[in-house]
Amino acid sequence: MSWFKKLLPPRIKRDKNNSKGSVPEGLWVKCGSCEAVLYRSDLESNLHVCPKCSHHIRISARTRLDGFLDADGRFEIGSEIIPVDSLKFKDSRRYVDRLTEAANATGETDALVVIQGTLNGLPLVAAAFEFEFMGGSMGSVVGERFVRAVEAAIDQKYPFVCFLASGGARMQEGLLSLMQMAKTCAALTRLAQARLPFISVLTDPTMGGVSASFAMIGDVVIAEPNALIGFAGPRVIEQTVREVLPEGFQRSEFLLEKGAIDMIVDRRQMRDRIANILGQLTQVAETA
Amino acid sequence: MKTVFLEFEQPIGELEGKIEDLRFVQEDSAVDISQEIERLQKKSQSLTKEIYAGLKSWQIAQVARHSQRPYTLDYIEALFTDFEELHGDRGFADDPAIVGGIARFGGRPVMVIGHQKGRDTKDRIYRNFGQARPEGYRKALRLMRLAEKFGLPIMTFIDTPGAYPGIGAEERGQSEAIGRNLFEMAALKTPIICTIIGEGGSGGALAIAVGDATLILQYSIYSVISPEGCAAILWKTSEKTSEAAEALGITAPRLKSLGLVDKIVPEPLGGAHRDPQTMAQNLKRALQEVLKQVDAFSLDELLARRYERLMGYGKFKETAAR
Repeated sequence: MSWFKKLLPPRIKRDKNNSKGSVPEGLWVKCGSCEAVLYRSDLESNLHVCPKCSHHIRISARTRLDGFLDADGRFEIGSEIIPVDSLKFKDSRRYVDRLTEAANATGETDALVVIQGTLNGLPLVAAAFEFEFMGGSMGSVVGERFVRAVEAAIDQKYPFVCFLASGGARMQEGLLSLMQMAKTCAALTRLAQARLPFISVLTDPTMGGVSASFAMIGDVVIAEPNALIGFAGPRVIEQTVREVLPEGFQRSEFLLEKGAIDMIVDRRQMRDRIANILGQLTQVAETA
Repeated sequence: MKTVFLEFEQPIGELEGKIEDLRFVQEDSAVDISQEIERLQKKSQSLTKEIYAGLKSWQIAQVARHSQRPYTLDYIEALFTDFEELHGDRGFADDPAIVGGIARFGGRPVMVIGHQKGRDTKDRIYRNFGQARPEGYRKALRLMRLAEKFGLPIMTFIDTPGAYPGIGAEERGQSEAIGRNLFEMAALKTPIICTIIGEGGSGGALAIAVGDATLILQYSIYSVISPEGCAAILWKTSEKTSEAAEALGITAPRLKSLGLVDKIVPEPLGGAHRDPQTMAQNLKRALQEVLKQVDAFSLDELLARRYERLMGYGKFKETAAR
């Protein structure tokens, strides 16, 4: 260590448990990536993107949709659908207990929130995954709410936008959760037949059964910067191939290079970019 | 071929060994011991019946993965004629973990597609243990479109631990390949009949298992995650694999009661590998029956029915709108 570094005070230690998780309570927030200390309200007005390093901090489904949709004319779809424990699943803990705990922690009843609203005046149906609800895992409720969202879009001839953040299928629902992959994709065939756009927005992380169903089926597939996106988890792959994975593997930039996604869009430009894409796909006249 | 006995089948294995010994002795013995052999054979059968009547989910998983279990190509050989294998996804490679082609089923041309596992070490590696890569799923989709074009019904045979979790597979879009198949199969304009003949491992299985009817062999399994994987994630120990298998509800009767499979095809005593001919006959009969059922529908009816079926998957509660 050089004499100069010795003179400098040590940097604030990064909290390992919270390196990328949700934003902690308090007035000041530390960026999980560059460790800059940020004023909370600054971060919020910046849509939870670090102003210093542009790290996209994970956000809740409601925060997401709140920042995405116009303020007026919103209403929620599918909130009346709630989970049941049809397998009476119990590992170290019961599934019903995990559901209750997740509900208490997030204020949601399951991992997908659907809201109909407008984007720069263009009506649409938007859905977002709540990653803090059991890792955003897809079970029967997520599948059914997704289908209702698509049906609402078809009925009103609206485009459909979905923000993904999920670890995959919900194991506690057994094969029922796997079938949600087929169910959600089937619903999208009807949207496609109605020639209505489906925009898939992949955020950190989009993995497993959610990644391997409707995530990549979007007419336009967008990713937020540096999101982890893939089928198998990095640890599983490392154990299988017994190799260290290359830097940046399964990140948005890697997927763009491999041709798997259309574009990477900064969260702060998401509204305008999606409005532009939808406007053109649905042949809205150019605004002055 | 000498039967390989699983751990819980050891008593049967010992008995069968004894029978084998006696047969060997009988050949150069003056004393007739055929009655003794017959007695032991009966005992072996009743013992097998007894053990198989009380199988746990995890034991059934082991039968489903048995190294001697008939694989897709075995069923193609036994159930179909005039098979022409078709290779390649036209974009990257041919994936030997999935085989497919045109063949006649009772004289009628159909498209057959299935996962293929290897029999010996070399073959297993060649088939990548039945774990398909994106090009495998894309080949399957190419063949399905071909079937649609020429009006051939599709029969798929599912037997995979899961889609391959490798670097190249990710690079070439494993997620997209699977998702695309789910999307396309949901509306493909020709009948699709899917049969789980061994392991139905997660997304890699589902990627060729969306259709108008799902059959499952009696001792096959179908699961969102392997019992080992589930135990490692939720229990944090592989010692709980048996509990995980039970909790996940992966067996044919359980899946039937949940409405996730349509028909259970009975297996011979001791599993498909103990009597592949009988197994093939049972499967042939079941497929004929299901084919007749789907034939009764017009294409529009078929697709509407398939859509309703897919929409019906899921268990949830609906409260009064909030």
